[in-house]
Amino acid sequence: MKPKYLPLTATLVIFLLGYALCVAQYPNMLSTRVIGNLLTDNAFLGIAAVGMTFVIFSGGIDLSIGSVIAFTGVFLAVVLEHTSIHPLIAFAMVLAIATLFGAAMGAIIHYLEMPAFIVTLAGMFLARGMAFVLSIDSIPIKHPFYATLKGLYFKLPGAGRITLIGGLMLLVFAVGILIAHRTRFGTNVYALGGGAATARLMGVPVAATTIRIYALSGLLAGLSGIVFSLYTSAGYSLAAVGVELDAITAVVIGGTLLTGGSGFVAGTLVGILIQGLIQTYITFDGSLSSWWTKILIGLLLFAFILLQKGIIFVSRHRQQRA
Amino acid sequence: MTSFFKLYFNRLLPQLIALGLIIMAVSLVFPGFLNIEIQNGRLYGSLIDILNRGAPVVLLAIGMTIVIATKGIDLSVGAVMAICGATAAAAITSGHSVPATLLITLGVGILCGLWNGVLVAVLDIQPIIATLVLMVAGRGIAQLITEGAILTFNDPGLIFIGSGSFAGLPMPVVIWLVFGMLIAVLVRRTALGMLIEAIGVNRQASTLSGVLTPVLLNAAYVLCGLCAAIAGIIAAADIRGADANNAGLWLELDAILAVVVGGTSLLGGRFSIAASVLGAIIIQAINTGILLSGFPPEFNLIIKAAIIVFILVLQSPRVRTAFAFLVPARGARNPSERAAK
Repeated sequence: MKPKYLPLTATLVIFLLGYALCVAQYPNMLSTRVIGNLLTDNAFLGIAAVGMTFVIFSGGIDLSIGSVIAFTGVFLAVVLEHTSIHPLIAFAMVLAIATLFGAAMGAIIHYLEMPAFIVTLAGMFLARGMAFVLSIDSIPIKHPFYATLKGLYFKLPGAGRITLIGGLMLLVFAVGILIAHRTRFGTNVYALGGGAATARLMGVPVAATTIRIYALSGLLAGLSGIVFSLYTSAGYSLAAVGVELDAITAVVIGGTLLTGGSGFVAGTLVGILIQGLIQTYITFDGSLSSWWTKILIGLLLFAFILLQKGIIFVSRHRQQRA
Repeated sequence: MTSFFKLYFNRLLPQLIALGLIIMAVSLVFPGFLNIEIQNGRLYGSLIDILNRGAPVVLLAIGMTIVIATKGIDLSVGAVMAICGATAAAAITSGHSVPATLLITLGVGILCGLWNGVLVAVLDIQPIIATLVLMVAGRGIAQLITEGAILTFNDPGLIFIGSGSFAGLPMPVVIWLVFGMLIAVLVRRTALGMLIEAIGVNRQASTLSGVLTPVLLNAAYVLCGLCAAIAGIIAAADIRGADANNAGLWLELDAILAVVVGGTSLLGGRFSIAASVLGAIIIQAINTGILLSGFPPEFNLIIKAAIIVFILVLQSPRVRTAFAFLVPARGARNPSERAAK
């Protein structure tokens, strides 16, 4: 097997092993209901993590997604409460805003040559601040269209259901995989992560690609915000704090190198599912405190970093021998 | 010696101007802003309050400066603050004396730093991920120590660190002033500072030229852990309790921001501790200023973001080169000097 598939395989094996262990202890966890809930509960995180995956492929980072999710939720809640705009139009509006916001950050990163970390940190403050300005209260969304959307689901055998948002996450992952591995843009992103100077020499349009990467991340953060507002039926400016960290963790657990240039979108999905699995297990157990989630995820992160180091070491060793 | 001070002043000029402008703007809206009075042998006033409230971020920024100068970053300082606050509270409530509590807590901070340092220096992991591990797990560990509750204590010795005063200044201010000067003297009066900058510019080249890179990198992260421990003690002593969930929450971002506002590049290399301290004070002045000037608090983050973007844009390499066309460079003022180059 090629070494580049090793992290992805390891992630998958750990997920399956972990799931098997959970099932051995609680046989009920094998039901389609649990699987359906796993997808629904992590839908917003998954969608945002796809955007984060692309950003990390390119060697950057986007700290603003949690705030953009909160802003999207508050924007939708305020618009639907005070105007008679149809939710679909509101969705389009908020997606446009989020995309433009991401594109602006990308432009600043490229043209002002500032580190992505600091630019998106300022973006994080700005988006959260705009959410505060719109409203500091938690506003419920009672639009009948929301009820319709929440009622849509695909029934699995055994009482499980894939809800609209769970399905949407799977769709976003599918599209993300296609973009990353089957389009010129995807190749450009990988090239950029390999080194901006090299990419420029190979003829990659660095400016356009950088702006598009952050625009994509903004768009998906906006979509994630819509999903989050569907999931919670409310908009709150303090919601989704720290989602960017969960997303980064999922990307790393999914086998993507934070230095950029390599990795798989599919790995991120498994990373999301592993985090969800730990949370589900702790819910099933009932006696474990929730802070064990954090410690376990931290340990997992550590294990994966070590694994990646080992793989890089081994593959270098082989190259030297060959 | 005067040229040394002139150089130093030139380095700090942008930060001093920014701080001056912010203080001026706030004092226009809120006239009592500049008042300082003495009560019970202690200084009181908004300006002193800024120095006092800013203490944790200032301390974190000192450690963060050294780490960033080595081309690293430490995302875990907020979580380490929570761990150390929890340790201090747990130690004091289980009957340890104040010196023992402080020693244990500082030791825990150093251990946390050592963990990050080993990951970065020995295992050669990218700093941002290496410290992410402790950032994610740290709050869980802190909650494990406090067993999920907010541990409160009322030991006067420990509380003194958070709200006491020494020589007219609040204790936290005294601590960061002394600590900051100690570190600044340590790195600038020895070769340490230069070696750290060398690692930041090119780690491989410094290793090859005989710099003890692993040791120095470890020391940088240990210092960062130590700073976080002191900040954690101050934060816990201030509220007389350890809050594992909220102590030091997102302060790592504020600390990194303070370093960047202070003009130290995230790409490593040249650093200035004084500038980072000024950066932290600027951030605190913005926070306090917005509160005092009576803006609706909803606007806090937007104003903060706008000011930060403005300062960063001024510092960006592109804008600087654009300015260089408009304003003749310092060396170019004297034609003979330019010819000599």
